[in-house]
Amino acid sequence: MSAVLTTPAQAPVQESPGLWMLAWRRLRQDTVGMVSLVIVAFFLAMMLASYTGLIAKDWAKEKGVSYANPSFLAGAENLEAKAMAAKDAAAKAPPVDLSDIDPLAPYYGEWQKRAEKIAVTEVKRAETLPFGGDKWGRDVLKKVIKGSEVSIFVGLAGALIAVFIGTVFGAMAGYWGGFINDLLEWCYNIFTSIPYILLILAFAAVAQATGSFGKGIVSIILILALTGWTGPYRLMRAEYIKHANREYVKAAQAIGASNRSRMFVHILPNVSHVALVQLSAHVVGFIKAEVILSFLGFGVPVDMVSWGTMLAEAQNELVIGKWWQLAAAGTSMAILVTAFSLLTDSLRDALDPKLK
Amino acid sequence: MTAYVIRRIWQMIPTIAGVILLIFILFNWVGGDPAQVLAGKISNPEQIANIRKQLGVDQPYWFQLWVFVQQVFTFDFGRSWSTNEEVSRIILTRVGPTLTIMVPVLVIETSLSVLFAIMVAYVRGTLTDRAIMIICTVAMSVSFLVYIIVFQWLFGFVLGWFPVQGWSESFWKNLFTYAPLPIMLAVFVGVAPQLRLYRSFFLDEINQDYVRTARAKGLPEKRVMLKHVLRNAMIPILTNVAIYLPGVFVGSFLLEVFFSIPGLGREIITAVNRSDFPVIKAVTVYLAMFTMVVNLLVDVMYKFVDPRVSFK
Repeated sequence: MSAVLTTPAQAPVQESPGLWMLAWRRLRQDTVGMVSLVIVAFFLAMMLASYTGLIAKDWAKEKGVSYANPSFLAGAENLEAKAMAAKDAAAKAPPVDLSDIDPLAPYYGEWQKRAEKIAVTEVKRAETLPFGGDKWGRDVLKKVIKGSEVSIFVGLAGALIAVFIGTVFGAMAGYWGGFINDLLEWCYNIFTSIPYILLILAFAAVAQATGSFGKGIVSIILILALTGWTGPYRLMRAEYIKHANREYVKAAQAIGASNRSRMFVHILPNVSHVALVQLSAHVVGFIKAEVILSFLGFGVPVDMVSWGTMLAEAQNELVIGKWWQLAAAGTSMAILVTAFSLLTDSLRDALDPKLK
Repeated sequence: MTAYVIRRIWQMIPTIAGVILLIFILFNWVGGDPAQVLAGKISNPEQIANIRKQLGVDQPYWFQLWVFVQQVFTFDFGRSWSTNEEVSRIILTRVGPTLTIMVPVLVIETSLSVLFAIMVAYVRGTLTDRAIMIICTVAMSVSFLVYIIVFQWLFGFVLGWFPVQGWSESFWKNLFTYAPLPIMLAVFVGVAPQLRLYRSFFLDEINQDYVRTARAKGLPEKRVMLKHVLRNAMIPILTNVAIYLPGVFVGSFLLEVFFSIPGLGREIITAVNRSDFPVIKAVTVYLAMFTMVVNLLVDVMYKFVDPRVSFK
């Protein structure tokens, strides 16, 4: 997102500012939009840093005691950790002597000696972690950062593919009209006549059963993209119908521009702001959808963490009073989604001032 | 009008055919051989052989499609792959609990959001208006999951006002004991986006000429809002409610899962988990048809809400 937005600033200075330059100027005057942009950029940077391993690389390390308290609640009692510790202690206590009936008893001494040769470092588990720990004593803060990687990536990739499909179809239907338009409108009617969530679940059922949409994250991205293209399609089609007969397109035809060139070189830049706003809106929707699909168990595999899987764990934790995982995942998602929605509104205002 | 309705029904045919084709491609072609899908889920080879025979897996695709079309129009999707219950029975018995939750939700949610929206539109531009809009935006950003988890914990577990989950045989007990918390949750979550949307519908109307005329002839603002603006804004509101209506029958998947309500939504989630294709296929096809019928009814209803509308 940020890449798209910063390009206009780097464009060579022209005598009359273009659409993007004007939009960028308007956006810069919009305080809410700029703050949202900074927050979204921060989350994207966090996601990239986590992906490249700069931060939260050791999120899976079990550093704290089970359900370690957050640092600001250092004194609070942690019954779960005590119970675990008691269990550990019980396991270490000398077992009941069964040597007269245990056929393996003669070997115990030998095994004991062998075991002593292997160095075992006893990790001292921390009592508190910055924002608490989960059941296995993993740092919740790092888990949230790692979880953002999956959640945001799914949202971005899904929205990109959905808007791409929608744009190509919309361009074809709007530009060519006729049979192609009828065909694509038919597809649009089919997809929109099925309630959206049911459509997603139908795709998820097939993906789940056969793996034909790939594994894990890829399948969830494809499900979201293949069901979410209808909105961008409708808007892009309307834009293309509007532009197809404009004079500049006719001029392009006169100088011999091919149909494809007219569709994607001449018209597309003039309507791409619609696609950008759609992209932004879909990222928000898909991040929310990913969380719910992961929660239901149709998305992210068990060895990965996303905000949805964190919320799934949080349900049982809340009952025993461990609220921090829920708070961490819920809040970070709410902040990102709020910022993204506000940014979408600002983008719409900046790119299409007539709408206001 | 009859001619209009007939033509609309005529136009539905290609879309229904398309939905059937889409579901067929998805489940029979992409989904592949049920023997593979069910491997490890059903241990009885005879049962799998039966399913394959019933679907005509060994036959060419056009024959399988024909089998599917017959299933759709005879309302006979056979039996569930996992529980062996008849699919039609599953759907009929699960719709009740879903409607017990969703009908009150729809009624309360719509009336509350229209009421709030008209109030907010009345004080448009003020600090209250802005504050409510910001609260709505933030409230919409919190995941539905978080609301359910927190509300269930707070009202069910900590305060104990409602049962944490459950369902009974008696309709009234369900409605007054088990349903209030899920209903409250759905309303709470649903009001924010609708309030925002309806407010914009009202604002669109407030700037119209007829409103100025109404004010010019000395009508009090309250009357202008309730009589003139509300009536005109009802058209987009009606459209919006119609969009939600088909969803009422599948209910809220998440609510049904969390509160163990034996409704259609939870059934679908279970079916997806168990790869129980017949159930999903049936629900999807029928709900798509239902959506088209609702859309037609809404278009006819416009005529009654707005006499200017004429059927072409």
